[in-house]
Amino acid sequence: MIESIRGRSLLSLDDLSKEAIVEVLDTAESFVEVNRRSIKKVPALKGRVVASLFFEESTRTRLSFETAAKRLSADVLSLAVASSSVKKGESLRDTIATIDALGIDAVVMRHRSSGAALQVSRYVPHVRVINGGDGQHQHPTQGLLDAFTIRQILSERHDTTGLESGASLFEGLRILIVGDIRHSRVARSDVAAYATLGAEVRLCAPGTLLPEDVKTWPVTVAGDFDDALAWADVVGLLRLQSERGSGAFVASLSEFTFSHGLTVERARCLKSDALIMHPGPMNRGVEIDSRVVDSSRAVVERQVSNGVPIRMAVLYLSVAGSREG
Amino acid sequence: MSAIIIRQGLVVGEHATVVADVLIVDGRIAEVAATIDAPSDAREVDARDCWVGPGFVDLHSHLREPGREAAESIESGARAGALGGYCALVAMPNTEPALDNVALVSFVLERGARTPLDIAVAGAITQGRRGELLAPMAEMAALGVRIFTDDGVGVQDSSVMRRALTYARPLGVRLAQHCEDEQLAAGGTMNEGALSGRLGLVGRPALAEELMVMRDIELVRMTGAPLHFLHLSTGRSVQMVLGARDEGLPVTFEVAPHHFTLDEGACASYDPVFKVHPPLRSPSDVAALREALRRGVVDAVATDHAPHAPELKDLVFDEAPAGMLGLEHAAALTFEALGPSSDPRTFFQVLSRGPARIAQLRADDIRVRHSAHGAAMVSGEDANVTVFDPGSRWSVDRHTLESRSMNTPYDGRAMSGRVRATIVKGRLVVDQGLLT
Repeated sequence: MIESIRGRSLLSLDDLSKEAIVEVLDTAESFVEVNRRSIKKVPALKGRVVASLFFEESTRTRLSFETAAKRLSADVLSLAVASSSVKKGESLRDTIATIDALGIDAVVMRHRSSGAALQVSRYVPHVRVINGGDGQHQHPTQGLLDAFTIRQILSERHDTTGLESGASLFEGLRILIVGDIRHSRVARSDVAAYATLGAEVRLCAPGTLLPEDVKTWPVTVAGDFDDALAWADVVGLLRLQSERGSGAFVASLSEFTFSHGLTVERARCLKSDALIMHPGPMNRGVEIDSRVVDSSRAVVERQVSNGVPIRMAVLYLSVAGSREG
Repeated sequence: MSAIIIRQGLVVGEHATVVADVLIVDGRIAEVAATIDAPSDAREVDARDCWVGPGFVDLHSHLREPGREAAESIESGARAGALGGYCALVAMPNTEPALDNVALVSFVLERGARTPLDIAVAGAITQGRRGELLAPMAEMAALGVRIFTDDGVGVQDSSVMRRALTYARPLGVRLAQHCEDEQLAAGGTMNEGALSGRLGLVGRPALAEELMVMRDIELVRMTGAPLHFLHLSTGRSVQMVLGARDEGLPVTFEVAPHHFTLDEGACASYDPVFKVHPPLRSPSDVAALREALRRGVVDAVATDHAPHAPELKDLVFDEAPAGMLGLEHAAALTFEALGPSSDPRTFFQVLSRGPARIAQLRADDIRVRHSAHGAAMVSGEDANVTVFDPGSRWSVDRHTLESRSMNTPYDGRAMSGRVRATIVKGRLVVDQGLLT
């Protein structure tokens, strides 16, 4: 169990303690305020160099990380890298060694292969590695920003603040995750964050899109989708990861919508104050109806805007923090 | 010619063990006796506290030549093998191009003849190992090839496998199968289970192996042709083949040191050095394999020595090639798995006598001029002898291997038992644990 990410790489949420997660959420609270200022910049990482290394295409995560690094006054090296190191003829180790030779403090990386971030952290142990998504394994900052978004909204409702509430609002909170869980790194990070913070997590998906090892996860599996929707305080939707081959795991997109899409009719099963979340990118009309996305219960835009303070918090703790003990 | 006298080792015959001297003259065992007056010019090997038995035979070496000489050559593979106690290696056909015709088989046999070891060849079952059309097995058999396999992958198409068995049977050769249904394995990179799910790696289920084992047992029953099962990795696979053997079907099987030494937990590091097909399995499978070894029911330990150039193991897990080194450490790992109080006859059974029988390595085959292996340690036999010191303690350093590659999963591991001498066709190739 990692008790704090100060001075450490962030590779997975699987091994973070509740305290470590709450520390990131609390740190992010202070950066929310920075992002509301007219001059949105603090000197916390002045003179530090953060390399942004996306081996796999990304729009929002990359922009969000680079914005976060710049608002902390870090210098950002943004490198365009081929999607496959093999195709490029260079090994992952050599790519990292080359970038490390430029003098960097941290690497934010995304890779289509599970474990790539851990491998890189082994190749350059003196550099902090922030996992921006590796294959089907983990997407830790997404899990953190999803937890942050839930805490932010619930604390507003309870007339308290995120800082004061700590992890208490997650106790017994019912969170339903729906869709392509098998291929989803977001699901793995979300489940780790929610379960560690004390929430009750339930999964709902076609049998083929549940992970083979689901019985070892800290979750229950829903039988009936409508019942699960009525049960949930929060529902998180995931898109079909067709680039990871999930197309062959269901008969058709329309059948997926039929069985597991959050249609307008189905949304009526939800509690009136239930939150609807989606990590994006969304396939409107497939896993979620456009009208549901645009309803007041959907907090998708909040998730996106919370990405910046969460990533500022992660970079700040990891790069500027020193490891205790 | 030269003479070698092996002094006071525990000589491990097929049925009995006895402390004795072994005199080797002109490539043959001249005498085995309590004490022998050796010729004055004889090289002396001190074998006190050591086991002296028939030289090891590896049924499963990827020597990479032709095509991937950066990873290994027949010559470097032979050196690694000699250091590991091996007198004979069966070179696997998944080279580039595949060993699927007489020209390529002749090339490997000819290169092999330049090494001190006996290098036998396993030919491909199908052309290009593509699993579609039969390779010219009769022509290759005429060159002395006794084993055929598409190893690296199994023959996926049941009707092709049936045809291959039917074709091979009258040739007196044995097919060997890499059992994994690739469709069920689904491009996976490690054993399927809770760990693969947590790591986000696509799993290769145990059933992918077991289904093909089941299918092939039935095809053997149907065709009557002998079949050797390569690197069985699950307890259930072993159980099924043992059942078939008890029924009298002509089946044999091997287990690989990594499958009875390491479990899937090693993959949590995402270090591609632990990626192999079939994959490292669950701890209970490892225990089942060790149990089978101890019960003495395993036909052979085979290394699946699979060198890969270092840069290929510096890739991400799912892009890196599968396979790990084995030749230099198989004997110590087998000794470890059998346990310190084990019967040395079991040790030589799985490393020498069993595999020699399956490979059909014999002196009477003038076409390949290989010597006889896996013999009984009596006078008159070809002198292929390995001296193993069960009391030796050492540790693995991947930078000091004889192989051209470094992809050993045992780097830093403490080992018990080490090959002290390897004598091939009467020649001392390894002495004091070093190549001569």
